[in-house]
Amino acid sequence: MKGLLCVRGLSTGYGGTTVLDGVSLSVEPGKMVCVIGPNGAGKSTLMKAIFGLLPLSAGEVVFDGRDITGWPPEQVVRLGLCYVPQVDNTFPNLTVEENLEIGAATVPERFSRHRDRVYAMFPDLAASRNKAAGNLSGGQQRMLALGLSLMLSPRLVLLDEPTSGLAPKLAEAVLGYVRRLRDRGISVLLVEQNARKALQMSDRGYVLSNGKNRLSDTGAALLSNPEVGSLYLGK
Amino acid sequence: MLEVRGISKRFGGNVALDRCSFMVEEHASVGLIGPNGAGKTTAADLISGILPVDDGQIIFKGRPIQNRPLWRVARQGVTRTFQVSRELKALTVMENMLVGSQLQSVEGVWPTLFAVSRIRAAERTAVRRAFELLELFQLDRVANELAGNLSVGQKRVLELARALMAEPGLLILDEPLAGLSPTTSRNIADFVESMRARGVTLLIIEHNLTMIERLCERVIVLAQGRVLAEGTMREIRGLPEVIDAYLGPVA
Repeated sequence: MKGLLCVRGLSTGYGGTTVLDGVSLSVEPGKMVCVIGPNGAGKSTLMKAIFGLLPLSAGEVVFDGRDITGWPPEQVVRLGLCYVPQVDNTFPNLTVEENLEIGAATVPERFSRHRDRVYAMFPDLAASRNKAAGNLSGGQQRMLALGLSLMLSPRLVLLDEPTSGLAPKLAEAVLGYVRRLRDRGISVLLVEQNARKALQMSDRGYVLSNGKNRLSDTGAALLSNPEVGSLYLGK
Repeated sequence: MLEVRGISKRFGGNVALDRCSFMVEEHASVGLIGPNGAGKTTAADLISGILPVDDGQIIFKGRPIQNRPLWRVARQGVTRTFQVSRELKALTVMENMLVGSQLQSVEGVWPTLFAVSRIRAAERTAVRRAFELLELFQLDRVANELAGNLSVGQKRVLELARALMAEPGLLILDEPLAGLSPTTSRNIADFVESMRARGVTLLIIEHNLTMIERLCERVIVLAQGRVLAEGTMREIRGLPEVIDAYLGPVA
């Protein structure tokens, strides 16, 4: 298995509870891959585990040919792997521009170049650059969260439910922003509740349930696979 | 026993519940399921009186209870638990149980003096009842521990036991198994079954559909604030509209 990101047999949990039980997946360069599954499947935990936010009990994470298993997040991001959490992913009291500045805290010399690139990608943010992030619309806040991750010029972005809590129309728009990332050649590993929309825009999908890999196929093939629905509703 | 008639709830421009109607028969155990954001917890909030309805009626034992204060709804016999346990950390397990009991309070010095023996008797009954429940739920050994020191699973069990102190006619459980290990989930499910055996009517919100199938003879599926389907778990599974609700629309 070769790819930009290879995860093999990942297991982790909280306290004595196993949440992920030997999960494997891979993301090829420039591809969009989604992870779907019912509540409690372990999707968000998988993201945190890959990014080094949780201790692993088994398995390995290889990024760009390098074994990063057990690496802390601050080292992981230097290789070009970024993570956008589901909540608390912007600084609400700071302006858009200040948020982006913090995003580039580790690479201040590249701040203005990367900021301009983010503004080119998301003109809405440029127009609101002096607004406090907390005063942006729900969709714009997600846009800023994506923009923040781009300040480190990542090669792969882990996105944990970028549409959670948004009305259907806004969710649609945010998935459009995610597509812009992929269009710029950035690989995306996306966790989504809108399973069908995620599959539709992904090159590959993985279905988890109860912390285990259940199905994996191209997005299109999973879309027409009735087993996916059964995994959500049981038997 | 409970009849929900066309209730609606909006938060700003967001419609959380849209003319929702369903019934829960006495001694039944009914599941309330649906994808995230379907309006399940909002429904529990409206029925238990935490939030007022914008529209519609909630009839409990023949009487409207919508828009009544929380404590009044509770006195009429509707109790609920929460997704995140809300134990009183600085009180012991036993004290938590006693807080849950519906002791009639008497105010003022003279009325209290005259009622001393009655209050003492009521307290004794409450303590006895609390011990019985703690035994049933296997918390009797930690009765004098501070609730804040219990494990996550034990806190959830305490939440269930405390809810029973109010001798509810209808008990609404909001995701009683969320975040628990499979073993703890099975234990809690056993306790829920024993509650049912005591004649409590249950409305259970839960994402673990295997457990819903075990605990409920009938489920109501909510999606985008509306009742999408009703039936046994087996019937529900085969419905394309339910699968669509869980997987979301195609763009």
